Amino acid sequence: MTEPVLAIRGLQVRFRTGDGILQAVKGVDIDINAGETVAIVGESGSGKSQTMMSVMGLLASNGWAEGSVKYRGQELVGLSPEKLNNYRGSKLTMIFQEPMTSLDPLYRIGDQLALPLTTHGGLSKTKARERAIELLELVRIPDPKRRIDSYPHELSGGQRQRVMIAMALANNPDVLIADEPTTALDVTVQARILELLSDLQKRLGMSIVFITHDLGVVRRFATRTYVMKSGQVVESGETSALFASPKHPYTKMLIDAEPRGRKEPAPAGAPMVLDAKNIEVNFATKSGWFGKTSHVLRAVDNVSLSVRAGETIGVVGESGSGKSTLGRAVLRLLPASGTVRFEDRALMPLDRAGMRPLRRHLQLVFQDPFGSLSPRMTAGEIVTEGLLVHEPRMSRKERDRRAAQAFEEVRLEPAWRNRFPHEFSGGQRQRIAIARAMILHPKLVVLDEPTSALDRSVQKEIVDLLRDLQKTHGLAYVFISHDLAVVRALSDEIMVMKSGKVVERGTAQDIFERPKEDYTRDLIAAAFLNQQEPDATPLAS
Amino acid sequence: MVEGAVLPAEVLKDPVVGRSLWAEARGRLVRNRAAITSIIVLGFIALACIFGPLLTGHPFDKVYPDYVKVPASLEAYPKADQIEPNVERVASRVRAKAENIAVEGDKIRVTLVGQRPIDERLLAYFERSDLFGAAKVTERADEGRRMVVDVPIKRNYFFFGTDTNGRDLLTRTMKAGQVSLAIGLLATFVAIVIGVIYGATSGYLGGRADLIMMRAVDVLYSLPFIFFVIMLVVFFGRNFVLMFIAVGAVEWLDMARIVRGQTLSIKRQEYVQAAEALGVETKGIIRRHVIPNTLGPVVVYMTLLVPKVILLESFLSFLGLGVQEPNTSLGVLISEGAKNIQGATWMLLYPSITLVTILFCLNFIGDGLRDALDPKDR
Amino acid sequence: MLSYILRRLLSAIPTLLLIVTIAFFLIRLAPGGPFDLERPLEAKVMENLNKIYQLDKPLIEQYWLYLSAVVRGDFGPSFILRDFTVGELFARGLPVSMTLGGLALSFAILVGGTLGAVAALRQNSLIDYVVTGMGALGLTIPNFVVAPVLQIVLGLALAWLPIAGWNGGAPLNLVMPVIVLALPQIAVVARMTRAAMIENLRSNHIRTLRSLGLPSLTIVVHALRGAALPVISYLGPAAAALLTGSVVVETIFGLPGIGRYFVEGALNRDYTLVMGTVVVVAVFVLLFNLVVDILYAIIDPRIRYD
Repeated sequence: MTEPVLAIRGLQVRFRTGDGILQAVKGVDIDINAGETVAIVGESGSGKSQTMMSVMGLLASNGWAEGSVKYRGQELVGLSPEKLNNYRGSKLTMIFQEPMTSLDPLYRIGDQLALPLTTHGGLSKTKARERAIELLELVRIPDPKRRIDSYPHELSGGQRQRVMIAMALANNPDVLIADEPTTALDVTVQARILELLSDLQKRLGMSIVFITHDLGVVRRFATRTYVMKSGQVVESGETSALFASPKHPYTKMLIDAEPRGRKEPAPAGAPMVLDAKNIEVNFATKSGWFGKTSHVLRAVDNVSLSVRAGETIGVVGESGSGKSTLGRAVLRLLPASGTVRFEDRALMPLDRAGMRPLRRHLQLVFQDPFGSLSPRMTAGEIVTEGLLVHEPRMSRKERDRRAAQAFEEVRLEPAWRNRFPHEFSGGQRQRIAIARAMILHPKLVVLDEPTSALDRSVQKEIVDLLRDLQKTHGLAYVFISHDLAVVRALSDEIMVMKSGKVVERGTAQDIFERPKEDYTRDLIAAAFLNQQEPDATPLAS
Repeated sequence: MVEGAVLPAEVLKDPVVGRSLWAEARGRLVRNRAAITSIIVLGFIALACIFGPLLTGHPFDKVYPDYVKVPASLEAYPKADQIEPNVERVASRVRAKAENIAVEGDKIRVTLVGQRPIDERLLAYFERSDLFGAAKVTERADEGRRMVVDVPIKRNYFFFGTDTNGRDLLTRTMKAGQVSLAIGLLATFVAIVIGVIYGATSGYLGGRADLIMMRAVDVLYSLPFIFFVIMLVVFFGRNFVLMFIAVGAVEWLDMARIVRGQTLSIKRQEYVQAAEALGVETKGIIRRHVIPNTLGPVVVYMTLLVPKVILLESFLSFLGLGVQEPNTSLGVLISEGAKNIQGATWMLLYPSITLVTILFCLNFIGDGLRDALDPKDR
Repeated sequence: MLSYILRRLLSAIPTLLLIVTIAFFLIRLAPGGPFDLERPLEAKVMENLNKIYQLDKPLIEQYWLYLSAVVRGDFGPSFILRDFTVGELFARGLPVSMTLGGLALSFAILVGGTLGAVAALRQNSLIDYVVTGMGALGLTIPNFVVAPVLQIVLGLALAWLPIAGWNGGAPLNLVMPVIVLALPQIAVVARMTRAAMIENLRSNHIRTLRSLGLPSLTIVVHALRGAALPVISYLGPAAAALLTGSVVVETIFGLPGIGRYFVEGALNRDYTLVMGTVVVVAVFVLLFNLVVDILYAIIDPRIRYD
């Protein structure tokens, strides 16, 4: 093998923080060879991003790197920003996780694209503009001659990421570092961006470094893989070999954490818990002094949904498909039209006060474990807030006992109930949110992307917990998610939503094995293109 | 910490005590040296302003006609070179001439010589002066035309000097500090109460009510502020307590905007939606979720509003619209100092230093609180 | 854009009307009148004066008369400065106040912006501490302390500058008032620029520029443009306040601006003078709010007012 393009040796990254010095990367060796695709895999906090940030000299001002990073023999660590500018942007480039904010909102994309061209390529303004149009064409932005004069906010997230790629490729780099380039995007867009990257690599021949937590991406694209955990590389090698026989327990755990298993069907003849028909939700965009309605957006369009005790309905769709709105509408948290029956009661005619006694049976768990817990209340107070409403006569001591019980049920240390939300990790916070819903012994829980903000290994624990709780209490779930792997592992029935309408519905098996609609097929292809079926046979968890 | 470790149910006795965000903020504040120093300095100034006037030995409105505009000094008055002319001055009132003036420690021995016998009752002039005590005759001669008198010297300290009326500036500065701080706190309190209630209501109600309430705030914003304040002075006369309640009633606009914005963003937070999904009533949501989470910015704004109000008071006093004599405030003292800057720099210097120190401390505390309550790296 | 400006100007009219109304009745409700001198005037004289100035008519009618006069651009005669109309007073005073305010404003933007940007680029360095320290000082020292100190130092001790006076707007006479007016604004602008720059420099799009290996000048230009937005929204009302004069500065330096009219007018119940000042200040405030919005739209393409 020829000498690597990029050779990282003994790289260490430290940050000076309020609580002393924090070491994020603890001596990492990585080689990137010409024209290959390398993946660096790890969960949040593993130091994978900081490793590559330090290569590019982009560490935050309180951080510094030690060790060696050589680009074709030239040492990069310790180089002044001016010297480093000879390499970054031309030889080494990077694209980031946040396409929505990575472009300057105040400049036209043509002007931003021209910057690396005029600076490094020495092109004139007019030449740079011509080349910028070529680049936009290269990344398949439609109508580049017009788009070049757009501002970033006029482009979609996927298009912005394409512009970022165009900027990164402007000077034919040797190495392109992609830091979770598709995480913030919808699955179908994700798939297209990844395809574009692999296609461009074939045409231009640069090396790509994928920083990702998504094993699917790794399996599909990377020739070699480095697995990182708490600032160290724990395992590396050819991707296929690594996946076939992982050696390090952490790698095994990561691979194992892919959601698997199927839901056992709900007992036949289980009672209907919630029956919603013809739900419609309209959002009016208001303008003017006294809110003249100028524009109506139909977020949910004539959707019906029913769920029995012990049953899970999966609702899948991309952002803006109306799936979360639907979840809130059936709980009467949003104004909606249609009919909703809970057991034998019609909910629509009830007002706020009339709904209140029923709220204990109808619960909601949110996506964001950071935003859904009031930051100035203790975990115990948060969990027992529902008891204050529904069992106002309960003594403080009894509430405390119930809090401890609920903590145990979600497998959290009960002694921690006097801690505050910020003292818990993301997965623990989601458990608190689940405990808050469960303490009232609800009959139906709407789960709005409860695992999306979590690392895969934590996701798996939450999924297992939800399954157990359903089994013990005979809960009915409405499970809203964009993550088809999780939905498949948890649902009896699945509804696919797009622009507020149900595109397709059916049993989990039917949807995944015999999708009828193109859109469903796209979704499945996008989500699974990176995953060989981990398990074809149903597996009891 | 193993996530999800299962423990037996009887482990209920000693729950771990968590550190609330307030506790963490306190920790961060204590680590902020500028803020902590400011809190200590401000505390010292406040204590000095409250108890100081009792300890200086000078009432704040006591006039020393013999010590008009004397410079600040750590040494006691009268100074050595002041004694002779003053003795001569008093002697002339006694209708005598002073001879052989000898200073002996805290006493002066002076020989008074008169054309006619000296009326001993006139010796009371010594005591009436600010420099001396009661005179005692030790020797009489020439049928009372000549007498030796012992006069004790009254020692007075004017660490900050005196003003144009001969009042002790240290006591007056402390008194002024008292008034300025009280005014700042009072007006701020009024502004906060109105602002929080108005802003939280507007933000929580939302919709048309919010629109109208905020439109009203906008209109009030376009009204020139000075106009308002001067109109208040005109209406309330020189009653500074009423006036500053009124100033607080004008200063609430910013607070209302801040609290409204905060309430709007909290309303959108998932934890409020979660409480709604639990069936918590509006009252409970405002008490348990909205108010505790708006408190941070309110506290910060409060510490920054106090110096603003103090400055405003000084400004009004400078224009002659503020606190009235013999009561005083830092603004009054500074404006007097500015008029006497030639020849009596101390009159501007000490009140200015006090005011600037107070404002500086309050600003640092405000900044420190902001950093402590809203750390960017969280 | 043009239609937006037009619409905004039109929508300012009701606001202005409301302000005039509130101010009119507020000052009329205040105890005392313009002719209440230390020595009370004879009843006959008083009556005559009231007649001349139309103060004998019902309040509503006076309000109506005043409004219709203002619409014609007539602010009426001043009550205390009897030889002048309010219009004439403003014609003389406004240029003085605007010259001083305009100079102070430009000075504040230039110096404050530069200092703030430099401090942000060298965060936690000596320069940064000096700038933030001076900023705190500039905010806390009242202008009525700074002004006499400058007079003593520059005017008397060093005798470089004239102590006071307008002198037809001679440059040397302007220096001290402009400095005094600008100092607190410099402090605020520097503080805001610094905070906004630091936030901008940490943003993702600046990280993108750095990842592209662009020279630091390009990065600073991009960060400055983003940082300008909050500063501009502060400067709108501040500019309105600066251009309409400062009582303190005009009193201390003996300048014939319009800043004093507010205080003098209100204390002497010079109804027309106070009303005129209210209208002028309100027009400036509304105008500068519009200017801020227009500047915002120019700088930030995400904001469109069509």
